[in-house]
Amino acid sequence: MANIIQKIQTLFPSATVEGDATPIITIPGEQWHDMALALRDDAELKFDYCVTVVGMDWTESLGAIYYLMSTASNNVIGVKVVAKGDREKPWIHSAEDVWHVAGLYEREVYDFFGIIFVGNSDMRRLFLNIDWVGYPLRKDYDANPDINPVSIENERQTDFTDVYSLDEKGELVKTERRIFEKEDFVVNIGPQHPATHGVLRFRTAVDGEEIKKIDIYLGYIHRGIEKLCESLAYPQTLHFMDRMDYFSAHNYHHALCMVIEKAAGIEISRRAQVIRVMMDELSRIASHCLFIGTYCMDLGATTMLFYTLRVREQILDIMEKTCGARMTFNYDCIGGVMQDLAPDFVDDVKALLAVLPKNIKEYNEIFTGNVIAKNRMEGVGVLSREDAIAYGVTGPSGRASGWACDMRKLQPYSIYSELDFEEVVATEGDSMARFKCRMREMEESAKILEQLVDNIPDGEYCVKVPKLLKLPAGKWFQITEGCRGAFGIYLESDGSAKPFRIKLATPCLPQAAVVDHITRGQKIADLITIGGSLDYIVPDIDR
Amino acid sequence: MEVTTKSMPYDAWQDNEYIEGLVKQLQESGTNVIVGSLDKLINWGRSNSIWPLTFATSCCGIEFVSLGAARFDMARFGWEVARSSPRQADFMMVAGTIVHRMVPVFRRLYDQLAEPKYVIACGSCAISGGPFRKSYHVAKGIEDIVPVDVFVPGCPPRPEAMIYGIMQLSRKIKVERFFGGVNRKEKQQEFLAQHPVEGVED
Ligand code: SF4
Repeated sequence: MANIIQKIQTLFPSATVEGDATPIITIPGEQWHDMALALRDDAELKFDYCVTVVGMDWTESLGAIYYLMSTASNNVIGVKVVAKGDREKPWIHSAEDVWHVAGLYEREVYDFFGIIFVGNSDMRRLFLNIDWVGYPLRKDYDANPDINPVSIENERQTDFTDVYSLDEKGELVKTERRIFEKEDFVVNIGPQHPATHGVLRFRTAVDGEEIKKIDIYLGYIHRGIEKLCESLAYPQTLHFMDRMDYFSAHNYHHALCMVIEKAAGIEISRRAQVIRVMMDELSRIASHCLFIGTYCMDLGATTMLFYTLRVREQILDIMEKTCGARMTFNYDCIGGVMQDLAPDFVDDVKALLAVLPKNIKEYNEIFTGNVIAKNRMEGVGVLSREDAIAYGVTGPSGRASGWACDMRKLQPYSIYSELDFEEVVATEGDSMARFKCRMREMEESAKILEQLVDNIPDGEYCVKVPKLLKLPAGKWFQITEGCRGAFGIYLESDGSAKPFRIKLATPCLPQAAVVDHITRGQKIADLITIGGSLDYIVPDIDR
Repeated sequence: MEVTTKSMPYDAWQDNEYIEGLVKQLQESGTNVIVGSLDKLINWGRSNSIWPLTFATSCCGIEFVSLGAARFDMARFGWEVARSSPRQADFMMVAGTIVHRMVPVFRRLYDQLAEPKYVIACGSCAISGGPFRKSYHVAKGIEDIVPVDVFVPGCPPRPEAMIYGIMQLSRKIKVERFFGGVNRKEKQQEFLAQHPVEGVED
């Protein structure tokens, strides 16, 4: 890491650096775009994966922190850019042309903070209505419900988007751009559509049966979790992690607990570590089971759902015995886990491991080798490795394109570095590869469970943590592997008992956004195959 | 008068006072409570094959999926025919959070359901906004948007609770003629008159 920082500082002497594990580099706004290009293109740096863009309101100024990861050295850095202009019209140079996915993240920042990104090709609000008053994540946002009431009138929609540029005098100029061509035939899919897996909407321009372009329209389940967290004490923020990607409930809990523990300097017991990892892997199996079931159902093989839910129910039983719930477990807590394992946990896990291989074999026999399945999935929706990185598609979907992006390997956390498991990577990048990757990941998760099930150490399951937890002032970033990909958390504390800012960088947003890219030129019927194979969870997109 | 469904003995219900109260209220107000055998037959058929609209916005919807699978198997009760089009469904199981942007869509789906139509608010989000009640972008319960027939609390409700909730609905459908027919319709009309959508004739 030290040499990377040195290199950046020689290239950009005006950059300042704080922190060491995941350093944050502050750069003046006018050099930001040059730096972005250098960070991506320099062979030694190669920061080509944009993890997220964190919008910030420090009250005296607004700005953004770009979190970047290098596929060469696996290092993560943050680059902080303070917005120019006043609070009325703050702006930053866009990095959409450097990292494609950044364009979408910038839209989110615009929606929440009102920061304009100059050069971004699509400066619309992302989650909120065009008539929404105010920017909700600003500290001075007026949350009076009378200003933005619940309305049963249809929302106003537009076919245009804004693009900002600078004129010779350095003033912002706004121009309008059509989202679709004038003669395009646009079909609306969603938000109430069984194949969008939740309330997601695709505005699809078609030419005959071929897809020309998809505009994704989000916000039908935007619940404002990041803002809600800011008014809650740290232990209270945890339960939201169950409710975004509800299949990765344990994994997300684990991630947030880890950031808070890192910030507070809490060391947790080995027993708690092992329990957490086992729960994470059980979740992964349950999640992939449901994916296989619903995906096959999308493709017309309804029965598969019943087969896969059988295993899922078995896992839910294990969890219910220990956590007391079938979903929304709220199990990991700061300092360890909420309660000790149920007495028959070990036996139950062993029973699961005994039946799992048979089940996977059965799934393969019924579906994977099926001619219809092959025809519908092979070669459909191909995503190349470069595009997976540029679009920030992580998780099994990214790995199916040949990008080894498993954060359990790249940024080992908890006890993952001691475990023996393989990172499942395929090269085809089509829907079939994404499907198979998940199938094989279940086997790898089972391997992890096998290693741990007989080695759960004794000890306390939760260390003592002060009831009113205050974190020192500072910034932390943690990236972990959820069931669907890289899950990053940015936490900023001002020294009080409540977080100053929590940013949740979820894997599903880029996965939904990439649908536009990989469906172009494909048949509209394949949209279902492709969307299903990416396995996004809509509340995880919208948060 | 004992109102129950086939799969549930009358004493097993937790809240018989409620339905008895309803019947009594109607009797007092002079509504005719004698049902002809044709009514009985129709209501028997209706209450045993209520078809849900596939409508799930978030976590609660996943428990609804479990409800449809082999373990909880809602096909036992005749509810398994989940329709994707509101025009083919009898009731709407509102499973999940309803946010500002979703409200007009949700209301339109309700308006598209064919009569007689029913709504179950499933989970604390649909009832009150649940854990997100204080959010800037979440509706504080669906009761302000559509009339609700049954509330199923929980976060998420267990599949068993959902079964109980839907059974409760079929019980209500059975007595519909008593307090419903005219009466229920009036209530609904009243509600819709108070919550109009521009350009839609209710
Ligand atoms: S009630 Fe709970 S489980 Fe249901 S949608 Fe709301 S948060 Fe999710």
